[in-house]
Amino acid sequence: MTFTLPPGLALQKVDERIMTLNVGPQHPGSGHMRIIVQIDGDYIVACDPDPGYVHRGEEKMAEYRNYITNIPHLERPVIHDSCNVLYPYVLGAEELLGIEVPERAKYVRVIASELNRCIYIMYWLAIYGIFLGHSTMFMWPAGDRELLIDLMEKMTGARVTHAHFVPGGVRNDLPPNFEDVCLRQVNYFEKRIKEYAAVFYDNPILIARTRDTGVLSRQDAIRYGTTGSVLRASGVDYDLRIKEPYDVYDELDVHTNVMNEGDSYARSRIPWLDMMESCNIIRQALQKMPKSGSVRTKLKPNPKGKGLDSVYKRVESGRGSLGCYIVSDGKTEPYRVKLSVPSFRNLIALPNLLKGEKLGNMPSVYWSLNYWPVEADR
Amino acid sequence: MSVIAPKFKLSEFIKSLLDNVFWIILILVLIGIPAVMMILFVIEMPVINGELLTPFLALTWIADPSRILPVVKAFMATDIFRVMAFPGFGFAALLAAGTIFVERKMLAKLQLRVGPFYCGKFEGILQLMGDGLKLISKEIIIPAKADKPIFWAAPVLFVATAAAFVAFIPVAPGWVVADVEMGLLGVFAVIGFFPIITILSAWSANSKFPFIGGIRALFQMVSFEIPLILSLLGVVMLTGSLNLSEIAASQSSFPWIVFLPVGAIVFFITMLAELERIPFDLPEAESEIVAGWLTELSGMMYGLVQLGTYLKLYAFAGLFVVLFLGGWNGPMVVPPFPVELLEKGIEMGPITAGPFPGLPLFTQEMLNGTLWFVLKTVAVIFFILLPRGVFPRIRVDMLLSLGWTKLIGLAFVNIFIALGLLYAGVLGPGGLQ
Repeated sequence: MTFTLPPGLALQKVDERIMTLNVGPQHPGSGHMRIIVQIDGDYIVACDPDPGYVHRGEEKMAEYRNYITNIPHLERPVIHDSCNVLYPYVLGAEELLGIEVPERAKYVRVIASELNRCIYIMYWLAIYGIFLGHSTMFMWPAGDRELLIDLMEKMTGARVTHAHFVPGGVRNDLPPNFEDVCLRQVNYFEKRIKEYAAVFYDNPILIARTRDTGVLSRQDAIRYGTTGSVLRASGVDYDLRIKEPYDVYDELDVHTNVMNEGDSYARSRIPWLDMMESCNIIRQALQKMPKSGSVRTKLKPNPKGKGLDSVYKRVESGRGSLGCYIVSDGKTEPYRVKLSVPSFRNLIALPNLLKGEKLGNMPSVYWSLNYWPVEADR
Repeated sequence: MSVIAPKFKLSEFIKSLLDNVFWIILILVLIGIPAVMMILFVIEMPVINGELLTPFLALTWIADPSRILPVVKAFMATDIFRVMAFPGFGFAALLAAGTIFVERKMLAKLQLRVGPFYCGKFEGILQLMGDGLKLISKEIIIPAKADKPIFWAAPVLFVATAAAFVAFIPVAPGWVVADVEMGLLGVFAVIGFFPIITILSAWSANSKFPFIGGIRALFQMVSFEIPLILSLLGVVMLTGSLNLSEIAASQSSFPWIVFLPVGAIVFFITMLAELERIPFDLPEAESEIVAGWLTELSGMMYGLVQLGTYLKLYAFAGLFVVLFLGGWNGPMVVPPFPVELLEKGIEMGPITAGPFPGLPLFTQEMLNGTLWFVLKTVAVIFFILLPRGVFPRIRVDMLLSLGWTKLIGLAFVNIFIALGLLYAGVLGPGGLQ
């Protein structure tokens, strides 16, 4: 009895010149994922990203916990950006449970989410630096991140996984004197990140290495469905904080940074500019925030969702638009929670960007896509 | 770090002291005295006061310390001392160890962190020793499909080649292991041996990442050897000699960097590439090819390669000092040896120690030369280490275009400058020197 293997399992006949490299999952140049790269000499002829090594079933877990106990585990996909990951779920749950949010809580949420965006981008930048062999750019962001982590610790009590946003507001009010400390630290932080230009962004070797590598055109960026910094580096002015403002973003003066090159230099520069924009937003929010008032609308224990209903909310996270689709069937647990994550959308562009590039460009192109492996796997 | 100190007991303390004394005496008797004996048998015994110093007579230094001085002098005149201790391996390894410590602390200061701190009482000064012990105690894992004899041999060959390179560097007038007439050619030959060892190690590991790293190292070393050799031709033209000691001696009034700055810059850049330092550390680019050609090396094999790398770094810095910065030449800062020590000895109240007729073990010129050589070498090593904190890594195509177009062109510019100086009569025979 003979049978033919399906095309995906059949052994591929390849040229002898072509070498297959498994970059990951145990490789310093990959995250928790594998990139199967085929190289001909120094040139990449094919690339096959293979995520899925850190799949934790967050969406399935969300179906067995009620609306409140879902909070600590739904922020796990990106612990460095935990407020922003939780944000769409909290917005959706508020609509399903029918709660109003106090005005002060909305401002606190904006401040927390912008601080968290900076914390995430600093971590991302540190890894981008070490991927290019620049060890100072690994140590400086990792150290300056502590400023904001201390702020978040004062605000929420936890350094990384805050679990601070709840349906109906935030868990705790700001500590006394927080506004002054926050303003001081954020001002110093902004001064500090501007110094990165001298050592990293204006470095001639960095510019020569990343200019015109992995160019993603405007049409392709839209066609692949990329979001966030990747989309804005390709010349598309798209930011959910302006296009679909949530909470109090419509009352604040938000600008977006757009570059037209679409290469990995532009993709690495946009998040850095975003951090300065975040500092501006935090300063505005601290000024406009009501000085006193409630920060949380109390829920009754074990709240039930509205009957058969669904809601889709999305926010601008550190990597791009992050959506959460919640279906309720009137019970205390959600019927279905689906996270639509930006990392996975950005990864789709990777094989096309790497094709024809040199092997030395692989780390910079891969990490400039603002990809977080754990978030893509959920 | 919190250590719960046990309660102090005087009897335990005295017992531990006695234990230490016992072990020290045992080791001295079992190893130290036979070692001294063997050395005394090997070296040629001097004649003191008309009688030949036999090994047993030599032990009378316990009664008269000045009797040991001729023996020490005789030992220092041997080749064993030169190869093992002073201008050779021991001196270079000491400087290399200092380099690693300074590199880690300096980089830490640059990156706003602390660096090694806990190991040793002062600023983590014993961290290197700890790392070395760790590497020695680790298991050596050989890939199953590796070509084992070559894979084993490559790290040892690497250290041996680096040590051979060190042997050519003159540290002070007359203090060089291999004072050969064609010294600079010998240096080129040794440098040409490194890519062969690298590709042997990379190929014999039979693994993909070492293979790519080895090929990159081969590209880099072979294409940067040409500007390296060309950039030194200017110095050779002006001095008319390939002997490194003579080249160093020719710079007694001014170093060659004054007249040949272009050559010095080209040599410095090629030196960074030959040493695989950032920004030219492509063969070990960790985010692309794990650790390059070092990926499959484990335990002390990796430690040997690191030792060889830092010996090579010292040797290149020393070569730069000898060729461009004037070697051991410098103002005399070491005070002359006190003559009364030779004639009268030291008067300490009622006791008079000495006199020590054979005392000045090193001449004033030698000490001064060594001091200036070490100072200049340390300065050059500092500038070799500095780019690691400032630059990202460059790419293979950028590296090759830099080596084959810009550096070779600049090296020729340097040669023309040297020729111009020679024919204008500024330097060379009849000129300033």
